[in-house]
Amino acid sequence: MLGTMPARAAADRTRTGLTLVVGEEDLLVERAVSGAVAAARGGPEISVDPEISADPARAAGPASHVDAPAGVAGAEYGPPVHDVAAGELALGDLAELTAPSLFGGECVVVVRGAQDASKEVAGELTGLAADLPSDVTLVITHVGGVKGKALLVALTKQDARVVECPKITRLADRVAFVRGEFRRFGRTVDESGVRALLDAVGTDLRAVAAACSQLAADTEGTVTEAVVVRYYRGRADTTGFAVADRAVEGKLADALELLRWALAVGVAPVLITSALAQSVRLIGRVASAPRGSSDAELASEIGAPPWKIDVARRQARGWTPDGIARALAVVAEADAAVKGESASPGYALEQAIRVIVACRAR
Amino acid sequence: MRANGVFADLIGQGPVVAELESAATAAARIVRGQAAAGMSHAWLFTGPPGSGRSVAARAFAAALLCGEGGCDRCPSCHQVMAGTHADLMLVRPDGLSYGVKETRNLVLRAASTPSGGRWQVVLFTDADRATEHAANALLKAIEEPAPRTVWLLCAPSAEELLTTIRSRCRLVTLRTPPAREIAAALVARDGVDPQAAMAAARAAQGHVGRARRLATDPRAARRRDEVLAVPGRLTGLGPALAAAAALVKAVEAEAAAIADELDGSEQEALRRAFGEGSTGKGVAKAVRGSAGAIKDLEDRQKSRRTRLKRDAYDRALLDLAAFYRDVLAVQSGADVDLVSAGHEADVAKVAAGSSPETTVRRIESVMTCRERIAISVASLLALEEMTLALAAG
Repeated sequence: MLGTMPARAAADRTRTGLTLVVGEEDLLVERAVSGAVAAARGGPEISVDPEISADPARAAGPASHVDAPAGVAGAEYGPPVHDVAAGELALGDLAELTAPSLFGGECVVVVRGAQDASKEVAGELTGLAADLPSDVTLVITHVGGVKGKALLVALTKQDARVVECPKITRLADRVAFVRGEFRRFGRTVDESGVRALLDAVGTDLRAVAAACSQLAADTEGTVTEAVVVRYYRGRADTTGFAVADRAVEGKLADALELLRWALAVGVAPVLITSALAQSVRLIGRVASAPRGSSDAELASEIGAPPWKIDVARRQARGWTPDGIARALAVVAEADAAVKGESASPGYALEQAIRVIVACRAR
Repeated sequence: MRANGVFADLIGQGPVVAELESAATAAARIVRGQAAAGMSHAWLFTGPPGSGRSVAARAFAAALLCGEGGCDRCPSCHQVMAGTHADLMLVRPDGLSYGVKETRNLVLRAASTPSGGRWQVVLFTDADRATEHAANALLKAIEEPAPRTVWLLCAPSAEELLTTIRSRCRLVTLRTPPAREIAAALVARDGVDPQAAMAAARAAQGHVGRARRLATDPRAARRRDEVLAVPGRLTGLGPALAAAAALVKAVEAEAAAIADELDGSEQEALRRAFGEGSTGKGVAKAVRGSAGAIKDLEDRQKSRRTRLKRDAYDRALLDLAAFYRDVLAVQSGADVDLVSAGHEADVAKVAAGSSPETTVRRIESVMTCRERIAISVASLLALEEMTLALAAG
């Protein structure tokens, strides 16, 4: 009996059994984990349906032993999957999970949130990773960062497949993400469609992914702005920076509209004045910098990232030193107003934006 | 004209010293059970910053509690000066404000009988930081205190307190001490070179503590130089923005240095009080229980940090205003001593390059900046507005 191991166990020896998923972007982490698990169980190595993997209970939940996680294609007969949170493991739990069973066979262990592991468990985890039994597939997630860094370093030294899932913060990355999502469903999306979708749904990646899959399911052909607007209206979120950018670019109507959205979705007025101050200040510093200084030089002198300097350079066209000085004074006035000097912060901000735009035109 | 005993630290306040001394004499008669006029149960010390409000109040407290009217030699006087006297309650709001809850506690404790048999003195410095609720909670206690309780409140001006508080107190107004007397005191007490003492006294504009710091702490003098170098550098948009950024950095560094010094020792003391670092049974539990207390302390420290920052900004801005005051003096040909000692060249340059109207406008913009910072406008933004206005003229 003992000799008749399942055929698949012997077949997969070539693959490295350790996958390390590093990063904070939950959705991507979830996909990487599902992919690794599916691969280990012999399924096709594709990510699963985002709506199913978006189940938060599984992402952050306590240790649960899932024999066949939903969404992993063709997984009914694969090896068992143990999905545990590192913070809740006790010493010895890992050994128990990975101990060979009477009938042999593979198993998959997913350890989530390795940064929360206690010292003992971290040691055990490192030991396990260094000497992984041939029939165990180990998937570890770690948010990166300072907490539990020693463990991360120790794990990276092992022969592991590392998947990086950093937080998506930049607009260009988000646009690429949306395009990628539609591509997964075999669809195309145009520039305006991406923008409309991101405006309407916001920055939460899960929400964006869900919206993409919904749109892919409900519509046909290229996804354009018209298609998106039929299903998603309004604006999920906006920031003081967006308002400030419009204002210093002289787009009065856009700026006022965005301001109303910002106030409606609960952006604090002080954040808007501080964003206005930052924008005008940066333009002032860029505009008054000696000619011919490079973005990098300016960036280190002013203490702002080079891409911001680049944006400010473009925005600086149309501004005079006098206009900048007046605009900063207006922002200071508005800051005082939103901090209690005026009865209506909304009015004070609108007024400030109008004057800023007027200062630019002069 | 130096007073003796505990009042010796009060510089250039002759009439006030005389008034307080006679009140202390009357108080001594009351203690002996004799009839006397001239003592009051509540006092309000006002005067410009640095003129010695709290020094006067403390000296008066010492005089009340001392058997000889403030000899500055007996244990009682030393305890008052050290702030450890049993019958002296020192209240010094070091945060942003003083709340009603603390005030109610204070009122309760103020009603106790003095253990030394003389007076129960409550010395409330910066009483203007009491919130309106807190001030209202004080009213009753100040109007009719226990027979031997004396309230000493200090505030920059009487207008900053509720009318109802003001009317219950006897007002003591300190004047701005003349630079001459401050310099003399610096020479006599701190052994400062007479010429340097005079320069520091002028620069401090009647603020005794600041004069002493300028004369004895080279860092303070350097920071002042940094601030006073600003007007000469404001040649356009770029320099104005850079100057504001540099000013913010210098001021925040100064405030942080003071705050760090205060914070560190306090946290350590509190942790030690909860048993951290010791060993033995029950220590672990006690240390765990300290989290709440440490959080409280951190909240108070944060509030104080903001206060220190605001004070540091205020000092820098007042220096700047004084610079333009000198410019105006030069422009109008007034025969007065310049405050900005050591920066006469800058003053002359700015004075020659602008009109008196511009200077007045500039002083105004410095004052606007002070107001903005007082209502928590982002400090960099407020300073930029000011430096740009100064550059524009």
